[in-house]
Amino acid sequence: MAHPQQFCTFYLENYLFGIELLKVQEVLQPLALTEVPLAPFVVRGLMNLRGQIVIAVDLRRQLELPERPDGKPPMNVVVRAGEDAVSFLVDDIGDVVEASEETFEPPPETLHGKVRSVILGVHKLDKQLMHVLDTDRACAIEEPAESMTADR
Amino acid sequence: MADDIVREFLTESNENLDTLDRELVLLEKDPHNHNILGSVFRSIHTIKGTCGFLGFTKLEKVAHGGESLLSSLRDGKLVLSTEIASGLMSMVDAVRRMLTEIQATGQDGETDYRDLIESLTRLQQPTLDSVPEARTPPSKLGVGSSEGTEEKTGRPAPVKKALAKESKGTDAPTATDSETPEKGSPVPAAEPRNYLPVRGKIGGALVDQGKITQSDLARALQKQEQGDRRRLGEILVELGAVSADDVTAVHQTIEGAKAWEAGTGTIRVDVGLLDRVMNLVGELVLARNQVLQFTSSVESATLAATSQRLNLITTELQEGVMKTRMQPIGNIWSKFPRTVRDVAMNCGKQVRIEMIGQETELDKTIIEAIKDPLTHLVRNSVDHGIERPEVRVAAGKPAEGCLTLRAYHEGGQVNIEIIDDGAGLDHERIRRKAVERGLMSAAKAAQLSERETVNLILLPGFSTAEKVTNVSGRGVGMDVVKTNLEKIGGTVDVQSEAGTGTTVKMKIPLTLAIVPGLVVLCADKRFVIPQVSLIELVRIDGDPARTGIEMVHGVPVYRLRGRLLPLAYLDRELRIEKKEKSADADNAVNMVVLQADGRQFGLIVDEIKDTEEIVVKPLGRRLKSIKTFAGATIMGDGKVALILDVLGLAQRAGIISGVHDRAVAGSDSENQEKVSDKQTFLVFAGPDDARMALPLGTLARLEEFPASQMEKAGMQWVIQYRGRILPLIRLNVVLEERRRRRRHAAPAAPPADSGSIQVLVCNHEEHTVGLVVEQILDIVEDRVEVKSPATRPGVLYAAVIENRVTELLDLTAILQAAESSREHEEEHARVGN
Repeated sequence: MAHPQQFCTFYLENYLFGIELLKVQEVLQPLALTEVPLAPFVVRGLMNLRGQIVIAVDLRRQLELPERPDGKPPMNVVVRAGEDAVSFLVDDIGDVVEASEETFEPPPETLHGKVRSVILGVHKLDKQLMHVLDTDRACAIEEPAESMTADR
Repeated sequence: MADDIVREFLTESNENLDTLDRELVLLEKDPHNHNILGSVFRSIHTIKGTCGFLGFTKLEKVAHGGESLLSSLRDGKLVLSTEIASGLMSMVDAVRRMLTEIQATGQDGETDYRDLIESLTRLQQPTLDSVPEARTPPSKLGVGSSEGTEEKTGRPAPVKKALAKESKGTDAPTATDSETPEKGSPVPAAEPRNYLPVRGKIGGALVDQGKITQSDLARALQKQEQGDRRRLGEILVELGAVSADDVTAVHQTIEGAKAWEAGTGTIRVDVGLLDRVMNLVGELVLARNQVLQFTSSVESATLAATSQRLNLITTELQEGVMKTRMQPIGNIWSKFPRTVRDVAMNCGKQVRIEMIGQETELDKTIIEAIKDPLTHLVRNSVDHGIERPEVRVAAGKPAEGCLTLRAYHEGGQVNIEIIDDGAGLDHERIRRKAVERGLMSAAKAAQLSERETVNLILLPGFSTAEKVTNVSGRGVGMDVVKTNLEKIGGTVDVQSEAGTGTTVKMKIPLTLAIVPGLVVLCADKRFVIPQVSLIELVRIDGDPARTGIEMVHGVPVYRLRGRLLPLAYLDRELRIEKKEKSADADNAVNMVVLQADGRQFGLIVDEIKDTEEIVVKPLGRRLKSIKTFAGATIMGDGKVALILDVLGLAQRAGIISGVHDRAVAGSDSENQEKVSDKQTFLVFAGPDDARMALPLGTLARLEEFPASQMEKAGMQWVIQYRGRILPLIRLNVVLEERRRRRRHAAPAAPPADSGSIQVLVCNHEEHTVGLVVEQILDIVEDRVEVKSPATRPGVLYAAVIENRVTELLDLTAILQAAESSREHEEEHARVGN
């Protein structure tokens, strides 16, 4: 009965993640990044997307995963967020996956912390679980610029 | 569809109203100018006609009231008086309010303008009684002219036509070829009949120019009436009243005016669309830069030629698009005659406004940004710049004051001057006010140059208006003007001479979208510094590079032409980790001298590159909280570079603080105190061996002078210090002032002749004073935890520093006390003499 939804999938630390396909503007090869000093930890920098300046948010940092090993440049998943675009930095791009309501489940009670607010839930796919991201939350750069840098 | 019509109506009406305001002011000066009167009438009539058609009845009624009154004026039954002008202007205001209402809600609002309409009718009254012919129901159609020859009927609405026929007596509707009503242009077409032949089309124009007389015209018109089918002009030529050349010339003028009225040469474009085009051109410029960079690395004549053409075309396109966004400054100035009139009326002054350089063009966004500051300045000038007529006359000036607006281009910037010939600023009053407001000590205020004094009015919280008027003195002061202008990279400067007037000069960039910037490198990262904040570049080579940067207790400074310039390291401020330089690397120091909020500082960077034209892009909502960046841009290689916000950077580096910050972010300062729990103090012995302290940050230097070097200038003890005269404040005098005063003691004894004095040189709000203390004890870094309230004036609080109770001085209070003590001494000296 429910329409199957399409997801753009990608990998982070071997976990499979998905974003609602309609929210994704494009998927890009690694691009040159300009670091923004004093910016929040999750912001990796700015990039030039055909003349538009786009903020790159490292999803590994946003999801409190370990840092990406050196030597593997991250891929970009560009999503529309309000008026401007935000690029999520991810490890690898996966397929476009269809999933229907029936396979969806909210995150387990044992999932705590910031991650819980960013992940809407999981889809039980045949081979593995797909984490569904809350795009708006994942774009959010809440931490004050100052405190973050000061703590490190 | 209907919405489109309404929108069109709103745009058109708003333009009409702006014209109306301007013309009514003109008309007030020259009540017999029929051209202006006619134009005013037409504007109102158009509004009335259209809103009747669109069903805005309230609006129609108000406009009708105005139209009737204008009609009486035009027919010569009334002469425009100030009351009538005011009535008409309040009608314009009412119409404007209703238009706003329509824009917001689609309706012409609930407000009942009955009072206004009544007063408009009342204004018409006296003459109506005295004009017997005015018996035709709609009084505006009354036959008012004894001359009686009607030159032109235009295309009146059927009802009016019928009425006109009824009242037809002396008038003779004629329509010559040249006066055939213009199709599709409702303005003159729906115009009610005009009974004075001096106005109108070709005949009227000829009369106006003195080419023919009224009777010539009447004769020609009569001929036409009798069946002569030729044009009026031809008849006139035949009658020998005028030469054919004159007729042609006048005819052309009329045709030109008609074309202009119909707006054939221009189209209205949505600003949003223009903005998008502008953005695209920005992209194109960047793409062009990239292509050019690539071209230089490839050996291909064709590519080189093509990219060269691309370069040229892009540049031209960029200029063209920039031009579409340019608007003459006259667009915002056009509202000022009305503003000036209203303000002048309110405060009983006579003010004439003159405008020079209305055609000076500025980017639309800038025009928007300067609109409010400009209006504020204009009102200010009238309200407290120009004096009342009787005062002016007494001062030997004409009773009517003159406010001049002048705009011109200079060095890639636009200068706008607001000049009044009023009383000028009272320097003494400004100084007094500055001290009263605690903006500075009296001692400092006294040292200010006239120019510096005048520019004090740009500080926040400063208003010299002695009473709060309708217009000024409501707390929104010149500082807002200054802040708004600085936001767009402009500056304000005030010059004033007592008795002759004040000039406010604004310097404004032409455009915001593309600005020149200096590219600097820091830890291999590129940053762009907007050229407007840039003062100079300094490179320190060789030995001086090691010794040139000195420390004032750990705070780096550089002696630039004899003055200490505070320094900031870009990498430290931005917390960029820098790779250790190899020991033998280029040891030169590159310094960019910047100005922010009137203060200069040196920014140390690794390398200084070129200046470039950059397209400013906002950082977006998500990164807005980082105050050190004003935006970002895309460089020729396609990478993003950050644009430094010099003001934000200076604030971060602590170069700008003090009054300004405290006013803006009062709550922040509390937090700051908590965060920086350890403070560095200079501990010294005050009078009576009191242990006192000052935060080290407030001190510039510690000096020791032989006591014999102290000199007295007037009532002020001073000392020659680094080529300047340093005013001295003796703590023992200031702190004991009260006690001494009570005892009516003799003026302070001169300091001990023997030995030396210890002086703390303090930089307090732009001024330098020397604080004479008994002995400098120590520099201590400590946490201030135990505090107790102060027990005497001049002390902030007592605290335990290094396990001993220490009084913390309140520098501001000390300086004020010193001032009052000096005044007291002066007084004493006068009494003594």
